[in-house]
Amino acid sequence: MPDSTSGQPTQNDGCPPADPSSPPRRSFLAALLGAGSAGVGALLAVPVIRFVLHPILTSTTEKSWTDVGKVDEFQANSAPVKKLVQFEQRDGWRRTVLEKPVYVVKNAAGQVAVLSAVCPHLGCTLPWVEDQNQFICPCHKGTFDSSGKLVSGPPPRNMDSLPLKVEDGVVKIQYEFFRQLTSNKEVIA
Amino acid sequence: MKAGGTGKAGEGLIARLVHWNESRTGLNSLLHHALDEPIPGGAKLAYVFGSGLLFLFVSQVVTGVFLAMYYVPSADHAHTTVAYITKEVSAGSFLRSIHAYGSSAIVIVLMLHLIQTFMYGSYKGRRELLWLVGCILFALMLGMAFTGYLLPWDQKAYFATTVGTNIFSEVPVIGNGLKRLLRGGTEMGTLTLSRFFVLHVFIIPALILFFVAQHIYLFRKAGAAGPASADPVEPRLPTETFYPKQLVMDMGFALLIIVALGFCAWRLPVVLGPKADPSDTLFLPRPEWYYVPVFQYLKYWKPSVAVVGILIIPSVLGLLLVGLPFFDRSLERRPWKRPISVGVFVLVFLALGFFGLQSRREDKKDPSVSAQLHKQHEAEEAFMTERFEPEVVLAGAAASQPPPANAEGASLFVAQGCNACHGDAGVGGGIGPRLVGIGKKYDKQKIESLLRSPTPAMLAGGMPKVDLKRDDLEQLIEYLESLQ
Repeated sequence: MPDSTSGQPTQNDGCPPADPSSPPRRSFLAALLGAGSAGVGALLAVPVIRFVLHPILTSTTEKSWTDVGKVDEFQANSAPVKKLVQFEQRDGWRRTVLEKPVYVVKNAAGQVAVLSAVCPHLGCTLPWVEDQNQFICPCHKGTFDSSGKLVSGPPPRNMDSLPLKVEDGVVKIQYEFFRQLTSNKEVIA
Repeated sequence: MKAGGTGKAGEGLIARLVHWNESRTGLNSLLHHALDEPIPGGAKLAYVFGSGLLFLFVSQVVTGVFLAMYYVPSADHAHTTVAYITKEVSAGSFLRSIHAYGSSAIVIVLMLHLIQTFMYGSYKGRRELLWLVGCILFALMLGMAFTGYLLPWDQKAYFATTVGTNIFSEVPVIGNGLKRLLRGGTEMGTLTLSRFFVLHVFIIPALILFFVAQHIYLFRKAGAAGPASADPVEPRLPTETFYPKQLVMDMGFALLIIVALGFCAWRLPVVLGPKADPSDTLFLPRPEWYYVPVFQYLKYWKPSVAVVGILIIPSVLGLLLVGLPFFDRSLERRPWKRPISVGVFVLVFLALGFFGLQSRREDKKDPSVSAQLHKQHEAEEAFMTERFEPEVVLAGAAASQPPPANAEGASLFVAQGCNACHGDAGVGGGIGPRLVGIGKKYDKQKIESLLRSPTPAMLAGGMPKVDLKRDDLEQLIEYLESLQ
């Protein structure tokens, strides 16, 4: 902000040398102009900046937790259970509803885990083959055991487990998409 | 500021920079030329309206450009995105209100600019083209207000624009064609919205920029006219330069405008009504306040004589306004010496004011009308208190529930992992080709043989042999053929 009380000769550099009788008055007016344009600019700039930064400062693409089922129900099962989960993704003014298959399994420690049904090889949907006690990929015959651990075939890693929490006895997950063909699990969306 | 405190070296550097820039751009002398504009009789508050309009136009451009960051011009998303701007985006309601109130402000300042120019007789003395371009800008600004009003796609926007575009059909011979051209069809719809959007955002603003440049150029060519007592061609009054006094006044006016707009936007944000519902037969459209006098005026004309009221009278008045400097050739500028033109001008304004008041009075007098308007107002308030509801997009399996007849085939399609490469319901997924419409391309036998023994090219692309029981295979093929 220009200081309106002190004379500022530099402010007058850009103005014509008219009215030589009142240089202090001119610099006062110049200061007034500076203050005025700063005020006008700020009044528009502040809301515009907040408006533009909205998606950065607030989460506009949050993922929701989706119910899979009661934890007791899964505790009793020994074989993987297929579930179709509907989950929502907020994308600005849109809410996308997706439906994806997942498997509720027990991991090595005997705890309930939820696996994505997408094969980490090339993305085919893995069916649970009851009589062979394995997940067998229909595309390239990758196989996984009942906990999702890689047994044989081209897949580079185990089946992908999804973020999970148990609330009031209900298993909830966040569905995620993973990069294929990499030996490390890498979330892409 | 500390710019002056950096000493002689700093000043020398600045001076060199200014000189460097000046010798390449001539910006400095251009600025001097702009600021040294001589004003006969000195700076006056009466001259602030033109630059006020320029400021408002810039403000509309800035707020408009940013509103477009979240807005989608289509009938199925426009209302949701405006609701998103209004209810969720930080400062969204404020910016939208500045933009909406800005249009009202433009109409008001435009009127003041017109009144000042008319009363001071500033259109006289070789200023015909300046005046003409001003009239074009006037029409373009009204066009901006008309096209912008539809964009939120709420009830009042939809129905006001339905009435507004209907008026065009009163034009003889080409009327209906004109209406259809404007609407992009016989009815209002998403094509109307697209057209209005393009007019509002691209075409009219480009024209306004073009004509504003001409208006300013012609103004500087003719020179400021000064007070009404001055000779319009060769004013003999002592002059004062535009900088600083007039510039400070203009700046003060701009500040007043933006503070007033900000205050209104803050205390009384512009509302958004419920989404346009073309099947609503009860909705009473009411235009924005500045179109109310015209709206009321049009009510007085029965269909048999509508052409007189809707076309002939406005055309005559329009021609009178546009042609004013061509037939009012005297150089007399003082309003009291020009009783006829001033009289007509005042009369038209009084009539517009009267029509405006009359419209309000009629709406209040009719109990069924005022009840309906009240209901519409309440619906708007109610919509504004509701939380923002995002638009639901069904994707993947949830979006393409197959008909029950193919449910088994569909589940095989998922169980076999076909969807992993060919996409849900065969819409294509990047790895494998799209299967929608495959039933038209191949017959049953061909599909079966491709599934049982894929071609080498298919195998190379990752397509496995499908090994299914006879019944299941038939179900899968039936499902594949049903994909449309």
